Amino acid sequence: MAVAAKDRKAWASGEEPRWCPGCGDYAILAAIESFLPELGVPREKFVFVSGIGCSGRFVYYVNTYGVHAIHGRALALASGLAVARPDLSVWVVTGDGDSLSIGGNHLIHALRRNVPVKVLLFNNQIYGLTKGQYSPTSEEGKITKSTPFGALDHPFNPLALALGAEASFVARTLDVDRAHLTGVLRAAAAHRGTAFVEIYQNCNVFNDGAFDTLTDKQTRALNQIRLEHDRPIRFGPEGERGVVQRGDGSMEIVNVADVGEDALVVHDAHHHDPSLAFALAHLSERPTGPTPIGVFRSVERQVYGQALDDQLAVARARLGVGDLASLLGSGHTWAVA
Amino acid sequence: MQLTGDRFTSATGLFGNDLVTLPDFPAEIRAPRGTLHGVSAFQIQFASRDILTPGDEPSVLVAMNPAALKTNIGLLEAGGAVIVNDDEFNARNLERAGYATSPLDDDSLAGYRVFRVPMQTLTLRATEGIAGLSKREAERAKNFFALGLVSWMYGRPVEVTEQWIAEKFAGKAEIRDANLAAFRAGWNFGETTEVFAVRYEVKPAPAAPGVYRNISGAAALAWGLIAASVRSGLPLFYASYPITPASEILHELSRHKNFDVRTFQAEDEIAAANLALGAAFGGHLGATGTSGPGMDLKAETIGLAVMLELPLVIVDVQRAGPSTGLPTKNEASDLMMALYGRHGEAPLPVVAAYAPAQCFDAAIEAVRIAVTYRTPVILLSDTFLGNSSEPWLIPAVDDLPVIDPAFTTDASSSDGFLPYSRDERLARPWVVPGTPGLEHRIGGLEKQDGTGAVSYDPGNHERMTALRAGKVAGIARDIPPLEVDDPDGADLLVLGWGSTYGAIRAAARRVRSRAGAVATAHFTHLSPLPENTGDVLASYERVLVPELNSGQLVRVLRAEYLVAAEGYSKMQGVPFGFAELEREIERRL
Repeated sequence: MAVAAKDRKAWASGEEPRWCPGCGDYAILAAIESFLPELGVPREKFVFVSGIGCSGRFVYYVNTYGVHAIHGRALALASGLAVARPDLSVWVVTGDGDSLSIGGNHLIHALRRNVPVKVLLFNNQIYGLTKGQYSPTSEEGKITKSTPFGALDHPFNPLALALGAEASFVARTLDVDRAHLTGVLRAAAAHRGTAFVEIYQNCNVFNDGAFDTLTDKQTRALNQIRLEHDRPIRFGPEGERGVVQRGDGSMEIVNVADVGEDALVVHDAHHHDPSLAFALAHLSERPTGPTPIGVFRSVERQVYGQALDDQLAVARARLGVGDLASLLGSGHTWAVA
Repeated sequence: MQLTGDRFTSATGLFGNDLVTLPDFPAEIRAPRGTLHGVSAFQIQFASRDILTPGDEPSVLVAMNPAALKTNIGLLEAGGAVIVNDDEFNARNLERAGYATSPLDDDSLAGYRVFRVPMQTLTLRATEGIAGLSKREAERAKNFFALGLVSWMYGRPVEVTEQWIAEKFAGKAEIRDANLAAFRAGWNFGETTEVFAVRYEVKPAPAAPGVYRNISGAAALAWGLIAASVRSGLPLFYASYPITPASEILHELSRHKNFDVRTFQAEDEIAAANLALGAAFGGHLGATGTSGPGMDLKAETIGLAVMLELPLVIVDVQRAGPSTGLPTKNEASDLMMALYGRHGEAPLPVVAAYAPAQCFDAAIEAVRIAVTYRTPVILLSDTFLGNSSEPWLIPAVDDLPVIDPAFTTDASSSDGFLPYSRDERLARPWVVPGTPGLEHRIGGLEKQDGTGAVSYDPGNHERMTALRAGKVAGIARDIPPLEVDDPDGADLLVLGWGSTYGAIRAAARRVRSRAGAVATAHFTHLSPLPENTGDVLASYERVLVPELNSGQLVRVLRAEYLVAAEGYSKMQGVPFGFAELEREIERRL
């Protein structure tokens, strides 16, 4: 559905974004502002919830309902809102520090519960707002203000973490690729339950060029492995490279000419077993070489908010609609004249 | 033992006595039997008049083993009756309890009336021939033997207990029959043997007309939240992480989903607070409950709620701290934390319950303030209030307050919508998502007065700080004045808050019965304090503030009102007894 420019404008709050010039967040904001109207959901039904970090400011710029919460807790607050109000479309905007470090517990529990919330993780592999410390997705040995001798931490693989936490929808996309980003957001919006979307986002001040391999004109065709459901996984300017599965289940990049197209892994995002998605998540540990993007996993299972509503209906059917006078007078009572 | 106590309480309430209970149990789930730290005790005071505390010095102690005797004998009144389960006073149990010789054989119990009853043997005999019952299961029924015996001593109705046993153990016929047999055997033992010289008759207490039931503080608090939900039309959303002793509220609420009560067992304390706050943003009655350690973790989220100016109720069932402290023991030492325990200037209203059944009213009051003023409210209970029970005159639903959420839904104002505009109470509009034309963003960053936009303006921050404080302070105009009970024109005022209510009133009653003059007053609102607090303090020569902490309220009163109020502290994990307060009052007359 094409969206007229004037409609798009109605989705901007009018507050002037305060991100650094050149920040990847601008591209994501523009993509979301032009994508939301096409969902056909009234503006007042959207709620954006964010935590702390550069990504946290996002909520102020979209003309919907929004809460800028505290560090790491956006997903917990959004879960309460989404479970209480299943009629709303609830989106969480978070960063790698916000959701993988201080808020890691809420992320894994929201994913296993499958609350009806879309999680957009802006991963820039750095703490930007606090001016450049390494984050839980920074590479080992990274030199930052807090690690002048190099970071000792082994980084999280956000998609593998999400899959390990039983996420029902897991995807990865890029800040600067409007078409791909929009396609992934569309799939996330259509998903029932928690949709987890990692967006590689460039911090041009503290971690510039972290994703150049995947976004530069010269290198991107060689390195973007675009996953499409039910299609053989192949990439490269001529589709000359592909992905095969080794006997031990792990993935390997090969030349298609060497193995033949039939040997390539056919992507199955809907497989109930997350093993394939997990192996793909580990195909590249860092975005510095060929890296899969797109929807890794999208399966249906019980959604927490709906399940709770169903339970309320069961309770009403079994106990009758709650009547306060009957409750207060229940159990052993006695009368004094 | 707690089950046995509950049953006796139920029968006592039904009989029409006034009562207050004091359950006292270890933090361990199945602490080793026979050890001193494993003793699980249940204390009850009941009378033919109204009573206020679970009693200082019980008249009768039933000790099921040497450890139970050793840990509780010190409480018993001089000349009191001790009923022991004779079978358990063997060498092994005596040694475990640290007795060199059996207290039943030396003269250490000389000041008491001791009754040795072989409860195990009698229970085994009574349950002989019940098909499918193991010896171990038969022995377990001995608590019901004790219950039967004590029920006889005090003439409790038996039908209610028998019916309860039949229902509770309906699925296991042999256990049901064993418990019934043991209960009847205990009763008959009292009736037929001549061991017991006395049988007590405690007549029903005169009480206001109406229908009564027993209720624990935890249940009363949960029902208060449900009642507030019904009377406000806001669905209740209660998020909580399991913690002693607050979990009882989560358990109770989760049974009442037919009231559209959404209970959510969160992954941690922080999540629980945020879940409730998110639900509040969505137009639900958001509430979370915890105890001390959980309060520490929720502090940042409570600060966010102060900034967002959304209704949120935080229940703190206080327990002895610091850190893990004494998780199942009583203390009321979170007052300072409730008042001030957040970074920045983050004032909020604090309400404290003062009696088990009154937790119902306190919960409704906390919700009323939260919704009316768009603010988080901390509701303080404690272990004693939560676990204890007392008779409750069941209120008529129509007499409960109506709470108006007063949502803003009209988007037609020509000035545009101002999320941080204020009404005459300084409360801001509550607009829930889904309302067309009023889309707005709120967050933890400082707000511009009126628009709610992010603002770093120095003057604005000072103004907003004053507005938030002014809103909370203004609630003083909307709460009852501090009521003083002073029949004799006393010079001394005893001023309390929370669960010390019963002990303070009982102590004052005893002082007055000997012609002493003492005034009492009790806070239910700790922030803001009632408007007349300063006047009340100024009209007494001496003010005594007994607290189950090291002197937290007294410090507030001295700082706010420049009065020489004196504190009296107790931190032993148990409530005040009235005798110690009586002594403290007498000392100051």
